[in-house]
Amino acid sequence: MELFKYTVHALHDMLIKKEVSAVELAKAVFARTDAVEPKIHSYITETREQALAQAAAVDAKIARGERIASLAGIPGALKDNICTKGVKTTCASKILANFVPPYDATVVDKLAAQDAVITGKANCDEFAMGGSTENSGFFVTRNPWDTDRVPGGSSGGSASSVAAGQAIWALGSDTGGSIRQPAAYCGLVGLKPTYGRVSRYGLVAYASSLDQIGPITRDVTDCAIVLNAIAGHDAKDSTSINAPVPDYTQALVNDVKGLKIGLPKEYFGAGIQPEVADAIKQAVNRFSAMGAEVREVSLPHTQYALPAYYLIAPAEASSNLARYDGVGFGHRAAGSDIIDMYKKTRSEGFGDEVKRRIMLGTYALSSGYYDAYYLKALKVRTLVKQDFDQAFAEVDVLITPTAPTTAFKIGELSDPLAMYLQDICTIPINLAGLPGVSLPCGFAHGLPVGMQIIGKPLAEATIIQAAYAFEQANDYHTRFAPLGEV
Amino acid sequence: MKYETVIGLEVHSELKTESKIFCGCSTKFGSEQNTNVCPVCLGLPGVLPVINEKVVEFAVRAGLALNCRILPFSKFDRKNYYYPDLPKNYQTSQYDLPIAVNGYLDIEVNGKTKRIGITRVHMEEDAGKLVHSGTISNSEYALVDYNRTGVPLIEIVSEPDLRSPEEAKAYLEKLKAILQYIDVSDCKMEEGSLRCDANISLRPVGTDRFGTKAELKNLNSFRAVQRGLEYEVERQTQVLSEGGRVIQETRLWDENKGVTLSMRSKEQAHDYRYFPEPELVPIVVDPAWVESVRASLPELPDARKARLMADYGLSAYDAETITVSRAMADYFDATVTAGADAKAAANWLMGDVSKHLNAANMSIESCPVTPGQLAGLIALIAKGTISGKIAKTVFEGMWSSGKDAETIVKEQGLVQISDEGAIVAIVDSVIAANPQSVADFKAGKEKAIGYLVGQVMKQSKGRANPELVNKLLKERLALV
Repeated sequence: MELFKYTVHALHDMLIKKEVSAVELAKAVFARTDAVEPKIHSYITETREQALAQAAAVDAKIARGERIASLAGIPGALKDNICTKGVKTTCASKILANFVPPYDATVVDKLAAQDAVITGKANCDEFAMGGSTENSGFFVTRNPWDTDRVPGGSSGGSASSVAAGQAIWALGSDTGGSIRQPAAYCGLVGLKPTYGRVSRYGLVAYASSLDQIGPITRDVTDCAIVLNAIAGHDAKDSTSINAPVPDYTQALVNDVKGLKIGLPKEYFGAGIQPEVADAIKQAVNRFSAMGAEVREVSLPHTQYALPAYYLIAPAEASSNLARYDGVGFGHRAAGSDIIDMYKKTRSEGFGDEVKRRIMLGTYALSSGYYDAYYLKALKVRTLVKQDFDQAFAEVDVLITPTAPTTAFKIGELSDPLAMYLQDICTIPINLAGLPGVSLPCGFAHGLPVGMQIIGKPLAEATIIQAAYAFEQANDYHTRFAPLGEV
Repeated sequence: MKYETVIGLEVHSELKTESKIFCGCSTKFGSEQNTNVCPVCLGLPGVLPVINEKVVEFAVRAGLALNCRILPFSKFDRKNYYYPDLPKNYQTSQYDLPIAVNGYLDIEVNGKTKRIGITRVHMEEDAGKLVHSGTISNSEYALVDYNRTGVPLIEIVSEPDLRSPEEAKAYLEKLKAILQYIDVSDCKMEEGSLRCDANISLRPVGTDRFGTKAELKNLNSFRAVQRGLEYEVERQTQVLSEGGRVIQETRLWDENKGVTLSMRSKEQAHDYRYFPEPELVPIVVDPAWVESVRASLPELPDARKARLMADYGLSAYDAETITVSRAMADYFDATVTAGADAKAAANWLMGDVSKHLNAANMSIESCPVTPGQLAGLIALIAKGTISGKIAKTVFEGMWSSGKDAETIVKEQGLVQISDEGAIVAIVDSVIAANPQSVADFKAGKEKAIGYLVGQVMKQSKGRANPELVNKLLKERLALV
């Protein structure tokens, strides 16, 4: 029995029926990791000892006849930019290579309250900046569908760990598509919640006004279960939304009759791989067949979203990353004076992509350029939001490709601008603060294709319901990455 | 050419909230280094700020007390610069939408009232403190104390309406009084809870355009404000009168040398790259709440001064002196409420009470004599139980023992002698013992009587009623 291939909900049933113990499950996942980690490189830090203790505690609860939570005893990985008390949190950066936070992120507290088992900290692009996990300060993670290819990014380690059976579920963070795009590349379900739905406390900030933590799972049911565990208001995060959290598993209803679906024409233009466009069109046909109403809509400012994002996100990043200076924590280089120490610490500690964005952001915020760049970008952001408001006056959800292509080869996109284009379908959603889910909708040349379903603010239940209905109509989510068959 | 001085002040005041602006750490001054810290105020990766609502309330109080308009929508911004006492390398502050704008306060200089504009009041977090191993320029290392990091500040920016160092000092004193009255800050310059930077420039009298200004930092006492500005007036006057040009720069006041020194020029000035703080939502204040804060404001110094003059007939000078500090004014009111004559209470406060406080370097809040006790002392004088002179002795006793005036008078037998018979006996003995003075008096030397009075008082150990002594001495001398 290959326990590592199961879903959260299947394993939960097995745990409460005592068909398997949490410790056995954890060990099965570790054994799988032992087998595939040398090929995939999902983890920066593994926390097996802690995981076994968590699993044993769940087994004890089950033995006592106590009810356990849906995630209890189920192994999951955390992107390494989510702070874990007493466990290294590196953001895949040399500058934080030895940073051990003295606190847990709020999502980690919430997972602990569910008795979830944490397998470790997953690799990512340094400080979540990138679209391939090639920008990790430590090593490149590989796609379990084809190890010559990237798993996507920046939450590539989280996605690969789930796709390769090194974790049953994972958390990623999404600033411009970093949950949805790797989920698409790895044939998984990845959801970026509404901005503020999940607390960012303890998520190491890249671009604070865009960052959001979310689940990466094997199917839509698991996605709802993990979202249930992490959503909710947090007094430690002023930007978190104080609204009741519905039970998202209630949205797992196989029904899209009358659902109004909009297809934004701007997302199906040049740059979209034909196989990807075809897969999405077939998926949309399936929705029609199931009784959804599909119509074309327009989001006219889409073309400006990417440039606006690459001003706003680096601007915030340049400020957020200023604290990595060698004074209070993290890597410190020797220097002849304080300025020299700053320069050497940051030169040694940050990788090229991080430096590129810090410089972009510093420039965009500089006096004399602020109005032309940063302020203009904020205005574009407002226009992008208004586009969505208008579209959502007509439709319930929007459907687009998640990424313009399937997973590309490692080293293939050496031009940063080409890499930035991989997030072209996901970025506008972050600018507007909307929820978006990516789920598998087909395959092209043996690689998964992801479909993005976008909802109104706080309409996670709606997009989960649409995704679930689609999932029930096919078997894409049941296919396991071929590495699993090796 | 004659020049006119133009000064604008930027005053930072630490708010006396229990906890910091963006976290729950204590703001207590003088704690052991780096004990009032947490991941949030240390700016560790992943943490987020949460606004302390008390800080907004205090800032609104200050804004209202300074006659400002409270903006219904304001926000925080980040001010980016690298310095090791600033953990995040940006300071969360307010930039284009501060909490309060367009206010004023009135100062009095040379008996005239002048209105000084307040441009804005904004909230921000304080930085930590660096302790250098030597001087800043050649220290081998520096230690950082982050206790002060995240302590809430308001910055109060004046219009360039001040025309002399005296006006600047008067403005600062009035500002301090107001902040203390509304109970938002300790305003202790020696502890850094009130700090002042000044912008100063000169221009030919009669012109409207501003001259090039220098920014003066490190003015950490009232004396420093006045001396530093006086130095700058002289320095800039000299530069201009020699045909030179004042350079726009930041200068430091060196208290020991009594000079200002260049710190950085305009070219080296920071580009702070302000932008809206994405981790805090904008501040939206409910107008009804602002009105409730306004209604809760106490009587402010100007109003209190006017009341003391109108209700008690105090002189402008006395009323001003007493209302400069809220604690002093409260003490005064309490003394009067306890039954003391207002003028007498004012005199005691400005006289012996202040003298004792100054000598002991104490503030009125810790005065060992309570307002009720002072009123008791004043009542004994009014009743004629003790003389004004004895009262000073009694006050000494009250100060050192904490006992009531009546108790001390009883214990030390200081009741005034108003029995004519007893005084006549002393007067006669003094007249008998000082024939020369009596002769001088008879010869028309009025002064001689003073000596004789002194002798009587001395023999009575100060207890003889002075009026009676004078009266009886004159009567008896007429008989000699």
